[in-house]
Amino acid sequence: MDRKQCCVKLSVQPSRGLMDEKFIVLVQNALPGSQLTIRALHQCEDGHSWEAFGHYTADTTGTINEDPSIHGTYSGVEQMGLLWSLRPIPGSKPGLRMRKKNIQTPMEVTVSVYQGHQTEGFADLVPLSGVVVERWYMAPGVRRIPVTEGGLTATLFLPSGPGPFPGLLDLWGGGGQLVEYRAALLASHGFASMAIDYLTSKFTMKTGKMVDNQYFETAYRVLQQHPQVCGSKIAMIGLSFGTSMTLKMAIYSEVIKLSAAVCISGSHVQPVEGSVEEIMGFFQKNAGKTRFNEKNEVIWRDLLLPISTDPSLKADVGRLQCPLLLVVGEDDQNWPAQESALDIKEMMARAGNSHLLTVLSYPNAGHLIEPPYTPHARSSTFKTVEIQEKVMCLWGGQTVEHFRAQEDAWKKILVFLRENLYGGRKPTSFSHL
Amino acid sequence: MSVLRCFSFSRGALWCVTRPHLQECTPTSRRLLSAMTQVVPPILSVTPSRALVDEKFKVLVENLPPGCPVTVRSLHHSEDKDDWEAYGHYVSDHSGVVSVSEDLSYGGTYTGKEPMGLLWSMRPVPGSRPGLRLRKMNVCTPMLVTVSVHSGHEGFRDQAPLASVLTERWYMAPGIRRININEQGVQGTLFIPPGPGPFPGLLDMWGGGGGLLESRAALLASHGYVSLALDYLGFDQESENLEFKYFETAFNIIKDHPQVMPDRVGIFGLSLGSLVAVTLAAYSTIVKPCCIVCISCNHYYPARGSTVTSKFEGVTRQLSKARVNEDNQVIWKDVALEFITDPSNIAEVGRINCPTLLVNGCDDQNWPTVETAEDVARLMREAGKEHLLSRLAYPDTGHLIEPPFSPHFRATTFVMRSSKEKVILLWGGQTKPHSDAQEDSWRKILSFLQFHLYCSPNLKAKI
Repeated sequence: MDRKQCCVKLSVQPSRGLMDEKFIVLVQNALPGSQLTIRALHQCEDGHSWEAFGHYTADTTGTINEDPSIHGTYSGVEQMGLLWSLRPIPGSKPGLRMRKKNIQTPMEVTVSVYQGHQTEGFADLVPLSGVVVERWYMAPGVRRIPVTEGGLTATLFLPSGPGPFPGLLDLWGGGGQLVEYRAALLASHGFASMAIDYLTSKFTMKTGKMVDNQYFETAYRVLQQHPQVCGSKIAMIGLSFGTSMTLKMAIYSEVIKLSAAVCISGSHVQPVEGSVEEIMGFFQKNAGKTRFNEKNEVIWRDLLLPISTDPSLKADVGRLQCPLLLVVGEDDQNWPAQESALDIKEMMARAGNSHLLTVLSYPNAGHLIEPPYTPHARSSTFKTVEIQEKVMCLWGGQTVEHFRAQEDAWKKILVFLRENLYGGRKPTSFSHL
Repeated sequence: MSVLRCFSFSRGALWCVTRPHLQECTPTSRRLLSAMTQVVPPILSVTPSRALVDEKFKVLVENLPPGCPVTVRSLHHSEDKDDWEAYGHYVSDHSGVVSVSEDLSYGGTYTGKEPMGLLWSMRPVPGSRPGLRLRKMNVCTPMLVTVSVHSGHEGFRDQAPLASVLTERWYMAPGIRRININEQGVQGTLFIPPGPGPFPGLLDMWGGGGGLLESRAALLASHGYVSLALDYLGFDQESENLEFKYFETAFNIIKDHPQVMPDRVGIFGLSLGSLVAVTLAAYSTIVKPCCIVCISCNHYYPARGSTVTSKFEGVTRQLSKARVNEDNQVIWKDVALEFITDPSNIAEVGRINCPTLLVNGCDDQNWPTVETAEDVARLMREAGKEHLLSRLAYPDTGHLIEPPFSPHFRATTFVMRSSKEKVILLWGGQTKPHSDAQEDSWRKILSFLQFHLYCSPNLKAKI
């Protein structure tokens, strides 16, 4: 071992943070001007390993701090590059996507410093220094409560404290399952958040039948009646197919009265009178418009194009009475989110309620606009509940722009929710995000 | 009388009720108030929500009505099942914000601009048993502190909090390994930082209170040192030589560890532990510490041929003559001062050959550490070793100088090892200056250790 470099000190602050918090990586005591690689390694729940790395040159004091990475999985001055540029290690199965199922334990990332500018073979190298960083979805004191009342398959996350808290219904997309991580993170920011499985619920798995509109209304009621939830301040957040459900409930439900809605990477195109099943069927009918790229990855964005002019096939956004935040990736290859957003804008302008609409549109961002620092997957293996076989689905997006979109959108989503559910001015406590 | 003020429907802000008005509440206004609990409360955040015990946090309250008096309070339920609290009285600004880092506390357990006051000014809640000391024995789990915001100043405890969050204060950074040591007769706990190493090492010892305290060793490991918290008081070693060997063996366990740099091992001692540090550095022919840190230094080393344990017992027996103040607290300092005036009772600190840092409090009522530090300085100067010595002395600071943000205890219950008698020992210090000393000394101790154990000037010169 090169004795002169053996006292290199690496620190990552904070060593335990929430998934959406920034950290600072600091290298000290290196040889001035020496070439070093900083690498992150994470083994996820399914056993796959992910890595990210940057190449640096120590300055005249032997320090690396807020310096540019010359080359690696990210380049330039990128404080969080070690997380957002994580990708499966060479030799991994194709089509992987990082999603944490058990959000009660942290994501553990090992950050290490290596001599020289290394690009591969890290497993055979001895680092100069290494630390472990924990990234949590749940802040201390956040409570996780499985919900089965009224036939629901859902999980409620309550912030710590007496409350009452504004509520949030959290919906994901066509892949189904009970996806908890975003709701856990939103609870860590003060919202009583209920993640709902509405495609593969216990009811559906048992009976083979899709849930009806009442399922969502039941979820709303359960949330509203919770003693620690402020029943008059409930919002809904949906991604992909979750957008379709969110808009449906926001506009047409007699029971659900939302204070705000957030729709990510989705569309308002849907048979207005349709049940969940019928809406899915509607998409299936257009399956002929599926395209494939040169890698044989599935592009589904055309299924809803061109945007219909038939009012019975579009949620009537002109009737919306609550603020709506649309988040759109302009390189979304899975849903025509950008075209839909334009149409929504026009419809609301005509109806006179466009003061309720905010559109966040991100060039070169893809479909999966997730909480920040979630690695970007341009494509991954995917199975919708309709199509039982796995396909390689093209989501779109270029990594750097997609990461910036995730970071920016998340901050704005939190501010939007805070303003509409808590009232008050621009929050100062998000400055560390 | 107006019960309810500062409300704005469009902003959904909170009804703010000040305490005196609450007492005068009519049944109607009380019903109104309970109906208002459906309105969204203020937003409290502690950032970071998970941190090491020596790291700072920012406590922020938002969404209050402007100019609203509130109390921010911390609460900790200890392993001994006691409740500890701290609180500060604040008034929100024009935007409805209270920032504990930026604003002044007008009263409570701390006043003024004190970002960490909610931790260092903690004390047992009213009605607690007397003489309590806060020590975390299980360092694998974090210290849990609930921070809450309450309406009003006087009598804030009488109402439920408006909001509360839980924050975790950790002794062990992620990836630290904790290993029970029971080899070659030595007992203790070893903490190893994550990463390949090699690391510098530290032998860590607390004082005469006994028991194995791991908190500081865990924290030192979180700063990059392989640290051994050594259990040394319970062992009734047969002779001084055997006991000396015990300490040397412990030191070598660290030194010989495959992940430790053998010429970068230091010793860290508090109170009686510092006596061990000083005697190892002065007398051992086997171990050569790279540097030593002595908090509340003790150099009382009479009657060659007896162990540290029996010396300590002898001392405490003699200290039964010690003064007791009007609060029935025992002051050892004055009697102990008589012991150390005899030069034959003192360790030959002039023989120390490594950098030495002495940290003591000027209001130490337990041991004459001020005089001890002066004496050590004189002896080292006479031996031409002055260049090795650094000293930190803090006014109004007591004996138990711990890592930052630990609560200050002016006097706590102490069980005499041999007689099992319970006394209340006066440690000294006033809370605010003592806490400042803990924060300042820790930073300087870490800097001292970093300099001597991580990047010694010799190493740099070779490059």
